[in-house]
Amino acid sequence: MQVSMTVNGRTRTADVEARTLLVHYLREQLNLTGTHVGCETSYCGACTVLVDGKATKSCTVLAVQAEGADVTTVEGLANGELHPVQEGFWERHGLQCGFCTPGMIMSAVALLNENDNPSEDEIRHGIEGNLCRCTGYHNIVRSIEYAAATMRGEDPPASQWKDES
Amino acid sequence: MTAGVIGKAIRRKEDPALIQGKGLYTDDMKMAGMLHAAFVRSPFGKARIVGIDASAAMAIEGVHAVYTADDVRDLGPLLAQVAIGALRPLLADGVVNHVGEAVAMVVASDRYIAQDGTKAVDVDYEPLEAVVDLEDAASDRVIANDSNESNVIHVWEVGDADAVAAARASEGAIEVSVKMINQRLIPTAIEPRSALADYNAGYGSVTLYSSSQIPHAVAGAIGKTFGLTSNNVRVIAPEVGGGFGAKLNYYAEEALVTFASRELGSPVKWTETRREASVATIHGRGWVGTATIIGTSDGKILAYELDALSDMGAYTQNFTVAIPLLGQYVAPGQYDIPIHWKIGCVVTNAPTTDAYRGAGRPEAIFYLERIIDAFARQIGMDPADVRKKNFFEEFPAATAAGMLMDSGDYRANLDKLLELADYQGLRQKQEEARKEGRNIGIGLSTYVEVCGFGPSALAEGGFSWAAYGLPAAFNGSGLVRVNPDGTATVMIGTGPSGQGHETTWAQIVSDALGISVDNVQVRHGDTRDSPMGIGTFGSRSLAVDGSATAQAAEKVRTKAARVAAHMLEASPDDIEFADGGAHVAGSPDKTVTWAEIAEVSYQPHRLPEGMEGGMEANAVFSPANATWPFGSHLAVVEVDDTTGDVVLMDYFAMDDCGNVINPMIVDGQVHGGLAQGISQALFEHAIFDEDGNLLTGSLLDYPIPTAGDLPSFQLDRTTTPTDVNPMGVKGIGEAGTIGSAQTVVNAVIDAVAHMGVTHIDMPLRPKRVWQAIHRNGG
Repeated sequence: MQVSMTVNGRTRTADVEARTLLVHYLREQLNLTGTHVGCETSYCGACTVLVDGKATKSCTVLAVQAEGADVTTVEGLANGELHPVQEGFWERHGLQCGFCTPGMIMSAVALLNENDNPSEDEIRHGIEGNLCRCTGYHNIVRSIEYAAATMRGEDPPASQWKDES
Repeated sequence: MTAGVIGKAIRRKEDPALIQGKGLYTDDMKMAGMLHAAFVRSPFGKARIVGIDASAAMAIEGVHAVYTADDVRDLGPLLAQVAIGALRPLLADGVVNHVGEAVAMVVASDRYIAQDGTKAVDVDYEPLEAVVDLEDAASDRVIANDSNESNVIHVWEVGDADAVAAARASEGAIEVSVKMINQRLIPTAIEPRSALADYNAGYGSVTLYSSSQIPHAVAGAIGKTFGLTSNNVRVIAPEVGGGFGAKLNYYAEEALVTFASRELGSPVKWTETRREASVATIHGRGWVGTATIIGTSDGKILAYELDALSDMGAYTQNFTVAIPLLGQYVAPGQYDIPIHWKIGCVVTNAPTTDAYRGAGRPEAIFYLERIIDAFARQIGMDPADVRKKNFFEEFPAATAAGMLMDSGDYRANLDKLLELADYQGLRQKQEEARKEGRNIGIGLSTYVEVCGFGPSALAEGGFSWAAYGLPAAFNGSGLVRVNPDGTATVMIGTGPSGQGHETTWAQIVSDALGISVDNVQVRHGDTRDSPMGIGTFGSRSLAVDGSATAQAAEKVRTKAARVAAHMLEASPDDIEFADGGAHVAGSPDKTVTWAEIAEVSYQPHRLPEGMEGGMEANAVFSPANATWPFGSHLAVVEVDDTTGDVVLMDYFAMDDCGNVINPMIVDGQVHGGLAQGISQALFEHAIFDEDGNLLTGSLLDYPIPTAGDLPSFQLDRTTTPTDVNPMGVKGIGEAGTIGSAQTVVNAVIDAVAHMGVTHIDMPLRPKRVWQAIHRNGG
């Protein structure tokens, strides 16, 4: 079947099998391997992308269901410079192995688009659909707080680390 | 020295690629003509394979091959380092011994068709009686794997049974004994395993991409399996999406995609599904045992005893049988007490267990610290005071497990934790809350970890990779090269999966050479390029490979000082390195940049007479002892006695990993470790029914914590350097996990003890907590 959608600002048209999942279309046909697959039950969130601005788990959407949609993957987030959420994850050590990170970042972007000043509790519940096994979430929360402040045009909260030399 | 590089929270060099989706993991790799493998796996805990009919699968367009045991039998079973008990055949050979055991491999043109193929393979099974319960299995009522004569394939024992008997018979002895389960867990790295093999018969070599913590060891094992020398096997562990010990194994799928690639002449890739990961990748923990403390009413511990069984699963893999031994090494924890510790290794019809974050040490410390808490409660003494009364106070300390701990300061560490948490204040708040009917609990635990393996002499005791064709000890290695443009390339033999080696190692080299962190590039995970290493596990990379890198950098520095001295017409002893170059001490204007030093180094006619060209050095480091990090943790919980719900309100961790290179990365390691230990206490459990069916085979049923399940953590450190390596570092990867599960359980028991509860087995889900409270009429 032919499917056409906008991915990271470019119109992409391709022939796909009807059963092709959106995540496999992105990864294998468009070579956008930043979107990851960590499970097949829509639970881990590593495959999260934005579909028409909404955080969507691309492992449980067929590519053909995204016909005509505007899809943003992690590769499309930086616009000449890093998105504030990417910057926050770098500044506040919001990632270790990096595998959940693209999905986590996309969920955080969606969260901050809806609420530019979330409390810690709102951040924690806002990213409950994304699992991380490395960080214990502590620094992911700090990263999103950093991004939220930056996006509001404020100074980010101070770093929690002191030099130990 | 470049001021402030060591001990500084430098943001990671790894991150720009990873936050932009540009990091490359194994499943991201593509090769021309690449085929995809998928596996037919056993739906039975134990069954005889009556027949396999692959004809319908072979008839599917796009299916290239279906392989069974008949095709791979001559490759032998999967190699294991500690080969006690039956080894795993690459594909099930006549019998399956656990749910998920691979029975056939389908290779097809894409991953969807490969999956279609697995559905079309018809396997005829005759189910046999399985045994899953550890105590049942230990009785040998049913033999789990008929290749073993008994399910108990080994017993580890250490200590002095007579000393325990004498303590028991002594006047005024108080004995506290609790039977406890340390449940089986599924490690659950978010990246499932993946392997991509390209066997090139023309070159007589194979390239294998694999999501592995031990690329060099896998290269050795693939070589041994396929009759190739190690220099004809190239294993690349690119970005690895979490390991936690589960990727510290030579896996059948790595051998099988290599085999398929050899047979079909095409690259072959396999990527695990999550459901597959829950039965095809190793599990961890799985102990049942009775812990006993014998002591006196003043808090003095006279003896500690553990009598336990540990679940091996159906087949022995890499370190399976040795995992309890790692626990044995830390059996007495921080305490100068006699022990008798015995643990049987029991085969069951379940997936293999092996190293999962902490590997034996979380289990050992769990039993010890739970029973110490129970003893403190029995004698009515503050649990912190009981611990302090029995600490080792002097170092080096010879333990009752036969180990020598080089350094520690346990009292200072615990005192600092109690101050950080305001322990007395917490106890007051707890009392006030109790009056309002709220069940607040405060839990404590201390721990020691043994890590940083390790001494080369361990090879004499079997701790080498000889079974994988690599009789190399647990050395570390590092190669430091200054390039002609004055940048540095560092090649290391570790296999990181998120630990930030590229950043930490760049800090080490930058500190030694004065080349900026930005100009130091660290490479790892490709056995063709990196020096012999054995990978990343057991919190060993920094202490061993990091030390080797520091030594290599020192060699480069020594040579570079001679070159700079020659260029500046000074003495090498007066050369100092900083800010991207070298200068003469006291004469900051007499300077050469690293680019200038490098240029001369690669033009040997400009070097001092007799000096060899180039600017690089390799070092192999073998420490004299393992390292012994330690710490103490404190958890505050509230338990709702009407629902059994546990809320973790606060968590404090005071860890001591010796000197710190990057505090940001060290804290991150602690956070992640805590999350996994807390999750064992509260959430996770790999549950099987009596036939060996895994009832928790997806993330829906096996709940690893979400952000909403955990609090922010409060960390601090004490710093007690070790002298077994030049940087005084110890290791931090597993500390958080080793310290935390029992801390949370101790807190929950502290919250509900007033209702007559003395123990609840993990995970402390609301139902269990509620039942424990109400069973006692609370």
